[in-house]
Amino acid sequence: MAEDRKVKLAVQNVSKTFRVRGTMGESDSLLPVLRNLSFDVYENEIVSLIGESGCGKTTLLRIVQGLIRLDAGTIRVDGNAVGVPGRDRGFVFQQSSLLPWRTARQNVEFGLELSGVPKRERGEKSRELLKLVGLAHATEQYPHELSGGMQQRVNLARAMAIDPAILLMDEPFSALDAQTREVLQRELLRIQAEANKTILFVTHDLDEAIYLSNRVIVLGAKPGRIKKIIEIPFGRNRPELPQMRGEPEFQRIRAEMWDLIRNTPASAAVAA
Amino acid sequence: MLDKTIPHAPDHVLPSADPNATAGSTVVPDTVEEIGPAPRSNATRWIRLASIFIVLIGWELAGRQVNPLFMSYPSAIATSAMRLIASGELGAALLESLKTLLVGFVVSSAFGICVGLAIGRYRTVEAATDWVINALYATPLVAIVPLVTLWFGLGFQAKLFIVFIMTLFPVLINTSAGVRNVPAQLIELGNAFAANEWQIFTKIILPSALPYMMTGLRLGIGRAIIGMVVAEFFTAITGLGALIIKYGNQYDTASMFVPIFVLMLLGIALSVTVKRMEDWIAPWKARQGD
Ligand SMILES: Nc1ncnc2c1ncn2[C@@H]1O[C@H](COP(=O)(O)OP(=O)(O)O)[C@@H](O)[C@H]1O
Ligand SMILES: [Mg+2]
Repeated sequence: MAEDRKVKLAVQNVSKTFRVRGTMGESDSLLPVLRNLSFDVYENEIVSLIGESGCGKTTLLRIVQGLIRLDAGTIRVDGNAVGVPGRDRGFVFQQSSLLPWRTARQNVEFGLELSGVPKRERGEKSRELLKLVGLAHATEQYPHELSGGMQQRVNLARAMAIDPAILLMDEPFSALDAQTREVLQRELLRIQAEANKTILFVTHDLDEAIYLSNRVIVLGAKPGRIKKIIEIPFGRNRPELPQMRGEPEFQRIRAEMWDLIRNTPASAAVAA
Repeated sequence: MLDKTIPHAPDHVLPSADPNATAGSTVVPDTVEEIGPAPRSNATRWIRLASIFIVLIGWELAGRQVNPLFMSYPSAIATSAMRLIASGELGAALLESLKTLLVGFVVSSAFGICVGLAIGRYRTVEAATDWVINALYATPLVAIVPLVTLWFGLGFQAKLFIVFIMTLFPVLINTSAGVRNVPAQLIELGNAFAANEWQIFTKIILPSALPYMMTGLRLGIGRAIIGMVVAEFFTAITGLGALIIKYGNQYDTASMFVPIFVLMLLGIALSVTVKRMEDWIAPWKARQGD
């Protein structure tokens, strides 16, 4: 359907098996985590990866970032094959990984410093981004002076500062309380619309996946594989999540995803 | 799902952070919870001053009853201090001691930090060196003083070496611990942002390990002073150590106390200086309250 749009991220036939070191004289065992995954993420799209805990979502995201070597397959960003970390991909970590000795602004400037962007330009860029994520008033605060939600806003701004082709977000809101999470989900949609970002978003929260995404990739476990890619039929101007939960279409998709994730018979996967 | 109960806010805390909650009324609560350590109360300060005063008075009274050969008392020590300062003897001795102390401490700290960084970062360096470091750290270093005099003689070099070796291990061990304790997710952050090894070192490892290094320096300065006095006793007799021995031999106990007090003040002043630097260099640690 969207074949004419620009592909920002292409994941092709990616497989990964971990070698688990045997304990107490046992021999090493092989743990297949991902098997033959392929999907594309288009420009300005938010795609969520969803699946039960341990199905390999983080592993996949880290492979895309280049933090883990893949066994087979290719990853392309803007058409270029990538295998090592690069600032063409921006990673937003699950827990706050802000540098505690840097202010919010200095944290946002981290990636820019690495590329040798001059100080003045860094300052302008970081202030602009902190404004975008709603932290114009807290640029000079240290992480320990910020709430969890504010820290994740900085985390997002830091990844956006390097102007990556795609943002990779690993359950960025999962450690937040329910209210803050809903606020940030809404904020992410606003920021994505304002800044035209392409996002690959990992979550295990069904509502979050539906609410944020254009498409949701449902993963099966052991080994991780794609069960189905679901188009979310809501436009960009979405009502707030509590309101959306009431829509029959939302409930239908949610039920379908729930069935897919819960051990549905293998035949259901074939239908994908 | 949300069956966590919200604990009741204590009465003295502002009931809500929501500005609308108090917008109607203009009541300003007289107790607002403050962030940071409790301010040191005046009472604490007065009690401390009184305690110092009482101990000094008690010492003065008791000390006067004892044979001045064995014990002295504050007023006699103060008189001796005046005399030693006026004659320039104390100043000269202090200067001599400080030279050994500061040169030895600075050289040793620089060396200890560099080696500590390498040991903390590279497994191979650690494996190659940890046994000798642990062995030497466990050895009471005073025991090797005779060996040091064999190697370096009795002069400045021998003293420097003793201060150096005393300072080295706390600095080195704390630095390498600081490097090893850099949170894995911060290293991961560097990797994810494609930082090179040098950038990871300077922008992540070094600042993260800084508080540990400062702790090492603070411990190191205490040991450096011990090393200095030991060196002044057991190699060529100089500096504050020489004053102690000289007045000890003359049975002038009051004068002997003067360099001892100077050593005490020196120890306090240097530790406080390092601690100040620590708070200045790593403010995020101080504010978290360590
Ligand atoms: N470095 C590793 N070595 C061995 N096994 C790993 C490693 N990283 C993850 N795993 C295993 O791979 C599986 C998938 O983990 P992960 O990608 O973190 O899942 P998710 O993010 O979906 O919860 C888990 O069983 C986990 O134990
Ligand atoms: Mg995960």
